[in-house]
Amino acid sequence: MDLAQAIAQPSVDWHALSPDIVLAAAACMVLIADLFLPEESKWLAMPLSAAGILGTLAAVVSLAGEHRTTLGGAVEIDTFALVFKGLFCVIGLIVLAMSFGYFRSGRYYQGEYYFLMLCSLLGGVVISSARELVTLFIALELISIPAIIMTALRKADVKSNEAALKFFLFSVLSTAVMLYGMSLVYGITGSTKLDEIRSSIASSADEPLVVLSVIFVVIGFAFKISAVPFHFWAPDTYEGAPSPVAAFLSTASKIGGFVGLLVLMFRAFPEVADTWRPAFAVLATLTMTVGNLIALRQQHIIRLLAYSGIAQSGYVLVTLALIDPSRPEANAQALESAIVYLVIYGIMDLGAFAAAVAFARKTGTYFLSDYAGLWRRSPVLATLMAGFLLSLAGTPPMAGAWAKLFVFAAAINSEVYWLAAVMGVNAVIAAWYYLAVVKRMFLDSPEVDEPIEVPYLLRATMGVAAFALLAVFIYPAFITSLADRSLL
Amino acid sequence: MNWVDDWALSLGTFLPAVGAAVLMFMPARSEKLVKAVGTLFAFLALVAGVVVLARFDFSNAGALQLQVNESWVPQINARYHIGIDGISLPLFVLSLLVSFLCTIYMWWHIPEPGKPKAFFALVLLLETGMTGCFVALDLILFFTFWELVLVPMYFMIGIWGGPRRAYAAVKFFLYTLFGSLFMLLGFLALYFTSDPRTFDMIELTRQGFGGSSELFQNLVFLGLFLGFAIKVPMWPFHTWLPDAHTEAPTVGSVLLAAIMLKMGTYGFIRISLPILPDAAITFAPAIGILAVIAIIYGALCCLAQTDLKRMIAFSSVGHMGFVMLGIATLTDIGINGAIFGMVAHGLITGMLFFLAGSIHERFHTRDIPALGGILQQMPKFGSLLVYSAIASLGLPGLAGFWGEMLALLGSYNPHPELNETLFRVLMVGGGIGTVLTAGYFMWMLQRVILGKVPDKFASGHGIFDVVRLEWYAWAPLLILIIAAGLYPKLVLGVTDGAVQTLLGALG
Repeated sequence: MDLAQAIAQPSVDWHALSPDIVLAAAACMVLIADLFLPEESKWLAMPLSAAGILGTLAAVVSLAGEHRTTLGGAVEIDTFALVFKGLFCVIGLIVLAMSFGYFRSGRYYQGEYYFLMLCSLLGGVVISSARELVTLFIALELISIPAIIMTALRKADVKSNEAALKFFLFSVLSTAVMLYGMSLVYGITGSTKLDEIRSSIASSADEPLVVLSVIFVVIGFAFKISAVPFHFWAPDTYEGAPSPVAAFLSTASKIGGFVGLLVLMFRAFPEVADTWRPAFAVLATLTMTVGNLIALRQQHIIRLLAYSGIAQSGYVLVTLALIDPSRPEANAQALESAIVYLVIYGIMDLGAFAAAVAFARKTGTYFLSDYAGLWRRSPVLATLMAGFLLSLAGTPPMAGAWAKLFVFAAAINSEVYWLAAVMGVNAVIAAWYYLAVVKRMFLDSPEVDEPIEVPYLLRATMGVAAFALLAVFIYPAFITSLADRSLL
Repeated sequence: MNWVDDWALSLGTFLPAVGAAVLMFMPARSEKLVKAVGTLFAFLALVAGVVVLARFDFSNAGALQLQVNESWVPQINARYHIGIDGISLPLFVLSLLVSFLCTIYMWWHIPEPGKPKAFFALVLLLETGMTGCFVALDLILFFTFWELVLVPMYFMIGIWGGPRRAYAAVKFFLYTLFGSLFMLLGFLALYFTSDPRTFDMIELTRQGFGGSSELFQNLVFLGLFLGFAIKVPMWPFHTWLPDAHTEAPTVGSVLLAAIMLKMGTYGFIRISLPILPDAAITFAPAIGILAVIAIIYGALCCLAQTDLKRMIAFSSVGHMGFVMLGIATLTDIGINGAIFGMVAHGLITGMLFFLAGSIHERFHTRDIPALGGILQQMPKFGSLLVYSAIASLGLPGLAGFWGEMLALLGSYNPHPELNETLFRVLMVGGGIGTVLTAGYFMWMLQRVILGKVPDKFASGHGIFDVVRLEWYAWAPLLILIIAAGLYPKLVLGVTDGAVQTLLGALG
């Protein structure tokens, strides 16, 4: 092999791996830099991390439109992978903006935090292009394990310890179950590559074993995405964790789980969809309904967002209950609506968390009753929060409206009317508690009149996020054209 | 002039929203500047409305003109399809005009807690929602504008409203949201049964749903009916209206009465009738009966009110009853009358709410028994109140007359497939309503305008006649009220062609 050919066709496609490599390098850099930075300038880890994520984003953009596979098919770069890699980068940047003031003012190890966050984010970036069971598994664990430590960063706080322990135990349990399922899949098909699994699993004679293995894998993921009835850890963990970490868990970690699930279900197991589709229908119904009903009674903004986030997972699960390989058109629509939902959800949920963090930074409280009359104390914060909540509720003029409508349309298109109806009812229940917060912020009178100043960085970040949601509502093709091309 | 034709409608619709966005980024301290920018954008939108008037081909008012049809959400085939015809043109221009007049009025008064920046931004946002409703030809686009109206009005009532503002705002919001959910379900049902799937009103009308089962058509019609009827509001869905009107700030009441209520009746004419003509014929008698109940019930409630604003609110229920009666006849005369009634009610009731607001500013009460002798203290103001009240009760020569007259005339000879006897009975009911209307307005005038000035206000402190800003804000309305009354062709000449086209769909 001469040199020219080796450069033109390397055995490892470094360019395809460049986002992952850049992010991994950035994480290491942050860790090393932290060793040498004096105490008062530890905060520099944050801009360093941001630069690393921006570099990753640049690498993602440089791959736009490409379709490559490398590492023997374990990694595949396509529009689906790039959309989610990009989304993880954006999530990372927003979480950084939320974390900056929070970790700088408290007694935290800032350097470690940013290092852990980048590692966890790396898991998300890797999982987006993973097309092989072991890679998927490692990426998923890479998301979870640093996140557990991040949850425990408030070392002196019992709640933080409790949160981390709960998260740890549930995570380990789910990992064990999932790994068992994966080993069964390997046993049946003799391969860990998704495409090979797909072609051989359908011909497997041992149907009960197939069902068992798929169900184990699904249960493992159900923990990660906090689907009911595997959701118990989530609200407690979110509440106890530092709130930027809660935001990270509720978006990056959850979306990471969903990406893995989508890849598996659309790529590896569609041929046996008849066996597991009903499971997703039940899971989706339970997740939406239980999440929303419990959210109705919450008095703590983080817990409210936790339960509402569970319900939001339910809407995405609906799309998985629509998979039917015999109807490629309906199948594509289901996948597309799932992608659109996840992208929009990531932004609007983070926005709401950011607003809660900004509020708590000045007032030190997370209770909804303290949001009364927020509009008089900070018109900007109240307006932004209202925008994010309206988007989560799915009302125009925010992007969340399309997210819900697309999933709804996909359900009708696949003729699963009852699931569409369940979704509609749930959207109404959800609108109630989101709007109740809006009402409290604008219509009620504040107990204290003291104005709230929102830190500049947070304000700018939330402003951009809100503007993006508005822009996507006005011209949804921004996202849908990408989702359109993201076939698995 | 192609560029103008393509953009005039969009500019008229979206300039206010742009204005709202600009305001958001302005410092709140320079109140004058904020007000100037807000008014400027409302004025620019009005200019766009005038351009639309100039470019509109009146000889062909039955056809949709100045259409724009661009891809918007290809996944669900929702399109940015807007256009205007003789039915929507008067309402489109009316919303731009009334919104602009409101911004002028806001120079002289914004209620507690002030904050002109937010108030102007909300009014402008509301304007975009309302005007957008009247030009949208795509159901999803229509729904978007429809919902867009909800949010600013909720905040306007909830923040700047009277003592029971929170209750009124939430009631308004929940009622309308409830209705619009069913409306959305109806839209989706139409979408999923159309072939090829579309949200386009024109395309849906062309496809027709005559082939689908009667039950389907009736259910969809009912869904749309709930959404529209709550907005109108039709008896018995009206209970949000008196609270919302009474508690809303003056400008909010004006916009609510003058324009927002018309979105409901317009929805019936633009969407329900042409797309589901068979179901429309099935439900027309029921709508007619509800309309006449609203007329009489509204009038009786007015007699019992002591709050001036609440009385005007209930009079709206009655007037919109006439509009719905006109629509229910499904005839040329009736529907033309309905559109005329919508415009007239917009002008007159908008004016009445302005006056009620200004009374409150001067006397700090709207309690009818507590007021008196306004004509002595403020002769000009009193005359305007008399003028608007008799216009509202339907005196010939003023705008209020034609809408009611044509609606009653239409019900004498309803659509051939409707029960003639029933509609003649309804006509008599409506006639009784007009008498009651005259009664409560005259009684109100007698108590408020005539008689002795109450001792409380005898000092004349803080009481002054019409100020210049009020003249600016009101003059166009006052002129249009008499112009449309003396020369009804001003409106009917525009609407008739489009109504003929519409009735062609009904067969």
